[in-house]
Amino acid sequence: MPSNKSVSDAPITQFINCRILRDHQLQREDLWVRDGRILDPEKLFFDEQGYADKRVDCEGSIIAPGFIDVQINGGYGIDFSQASEDVVAGISFVAKKILEHGVTSFCPTLVTSPPAVYHKVPPTLEPRWEPLVLPQVKVHNGGAHGAGVLGFHLEGPFISLEKKGAHPEQFLRTFRSGGIEDVMEAYGSLDNVAMVTLAPELASSQSVVRELSKRGITVSLGHSVANLAQAEEAVKHGASFITHLFNAMLPFHHRDPGIVGLLTSDQVPAGRTVYYGMIADGIHTNPAALRIAHRAHPSGLVLVTDAITAMGLPPGRHTLGQQVIEIQGLNAYVAGTTTLCGSIATLDMCIRHFKQASGCSVEEALEAASLHPAQLLGISHKKGNLDYGSDADLVLLDDGLNVSATYISGDEVWRRGP
Amino acid sequence: MKLIILNDYDQASEWAAKYIKNKILMFKPGPERYFTLGLPTGSTPLGCYKKLIEYYKNGDVSFQYVKTFNMDEYVGLPRDHPESYHSFMWNNFFKHIDIKAENTHILDGNAADLQAECQAFEEKITAAGGIELFVGGIGPDGHIAFNEPGSSLVSRTRVKTLAKDTIMANARFFDGDLSKVPTMALTVGVGTVMDAKEVMILITGAHKAFALYKAIEEGVNHMWTVSAFQQHPQTVFVCDEDATLELRVKTVKYFKGMMHVHNKLVEAPPRGPKKN
Repeated sequence: MPSNKSVSDAPITQFINCRILRDHQLQREDLWVRDGRILDPEKLFFDEQGYADKRVDCEGSIIAPGFIDVQINGGYGIDFSQASEDVVAGISFVAKKILEHGVTSFCPTLVTSPPAVYHKVPPTLEPRWEPLVLPQVKVHNGGAHGAGVLGFHLEGPFISLEKKGAHPEQFLRTFRSGGIEDVMEAYGSLDNVAMVTLAPELASSQSVVRELSKRGITVSLGHSVANLAQAEEAVKHGASFITHLFNAMLPFHHRDPGIVGLLTSDQVPAGRTVYYGMIADGIHTNPAALRIAHRAHPSGLVLVTDAITAMGLPPGRHTLGQQVIEIQGLNAYVAGTTTLCGSIATLDMCIRHFKQASGCSVEEALEAASLHPAQLLGISHKKGNLDYGSDADLVLLDDGLNVSATYISGDEVWRRGP
Repeated sequence: MKLIILNDYDQASEWAAKYIKNKILMFKPGPERYFTLGLPTGSTPLGCYKKLIEYYKNGDVSFQYVKTFNMDEYVGLPRDHPESYHSFMWNNFFKHIDIKAENTHILDGNAADLQAECQAFEEKITAAGGIELFVGGIGPDGHIAFNEPGSSLVSRTRVKTLAKDTIMANARFFDGDLSKVPTMALTVGVGTVMDAKEVMILITGAHKAFALYKAIEEGVNHMWTVSAFQQHPQTVFVCDEDATLELRVKTVKYFKGMMHVHNKLVEAPPRGPKKN
């Protein structure tokens, strides 16, 4: 009845009794949604004389833009890089589970993998099962089925041997043919790739950075021993992200601050921002280091989970592939040892920890997981904010930043049980 | 005429809001019977709007069966410009209450035919059965709506060129840039407001004191258009102490002595008969 049929038949939802994150601050405003997008109620009122079909009482909640995780390797017992018989089901499973952490879209991340994970390799003589991962998962919108996939984040194989971290050494590569051909040879296709992490000190990397940027793929610097000059050069060619700052790079040195120095570099071209990923789980980055980064460059901070298989599993021992791990609190150890085996914090935990550790505002903490990753990926015209016309991907939170409900395109996709 | 003198701006706003609320409640509006309310913009009525929103949120009053008519709007300013009176009404009143869009009326300063727009506005007021209560504010020069000094006291809704003073005063809302300030407006006429059953004028602040003096202690004069309401059968001026600075002591004392009577107008109206 109320919505103006001459403009749209779609019902209009009005979220009331809430504080919404808009223009970098929480505002006591209602949020209006139609057709999966955020609606300007003033236009609706004056131009269409329409009003809401349905009202959702948010009981004082905060409404933030849906969270975006640009680096997540798996969770709930699933490792995206571990080719399994049903890759699609694995990613879908995680995509559904992370709705409860407020994540409405993500970049499934593949660590350095054998060629067959990226694309079909010439068949060997004996018949065998093909472990393809990359070609099986397409960019798609989120919904009740799970968070949307924005494209893969391919971390490696063009990374530094010295800073390979947990990446398998035998699959590391260089740009031996001189550039983008190596990239295409390694990945097969870039169709569903959103981001590539590479080491800018590798020979020919600059032309690769330029070519990838030209194709709309975000280039991130990481797993690298690059000095600041090399990192700045890569930024000038189009690189815009730093993969898990401080981890897998040279430590900050005052005569050559390395990649970390990009946070305060004066060589970043005007109008550009270098973003950096932060694993703010309180374990992988010391809170003091987190504060240094945040205070030096607050507008570039992007919270990532870098979550592994064990994220979301209950405390105790779990067998993951060949490995037995033990989860205690936020730590995942190789069972029986004190060796950390990856991050298991969820994105909402990281937001809470970031706020508590840095003393930043609620707004800043939320934007580090929504606006900033959207800007990084060049999708802030539709995601990462609650501006009119943006996708109605929403997270409802209490004042302690605990997620109480998640919406994608205006539809409720998860709600905390009573 | 009634002159209501309150201590300060907040009390004046609250008194005015209670008065409007009571008028609506006593009218007993319904689907066949809309209460028609004329409304101003500007800084003076803000406190009154805030109170009305509060009453709505407390469930004391509903605007479901209220029709509103705004006094004026700039010509040529985009409707969604933050300084447009559409934006003002949306942000400060309409979006907070249960009024229906089709029951609100604001002159369209971007209409192709401005004259026709003004004519249509008058017709809409007539079609709604006239205005029960017109609320207005005034400028320091005694203008009501955009009926600036010298406006005809029998004027109707029309296009007005703004006085230089008004344009200069408005520049602060347009980045201090005179060239960005609209130079014309559509406004209801003095006659349009005079036709309302009842008129309530809000005047607060020392800078409006001279205008209040001109409005009520001197004669009817088109150079102080608000003085026209001396000839309206039901006008109530609501002001704060500061606005009385230019009035005679006698005037102030007389009206203050009436406050115990006038305050009855804003007492909570008796509820309907109790059900057994």
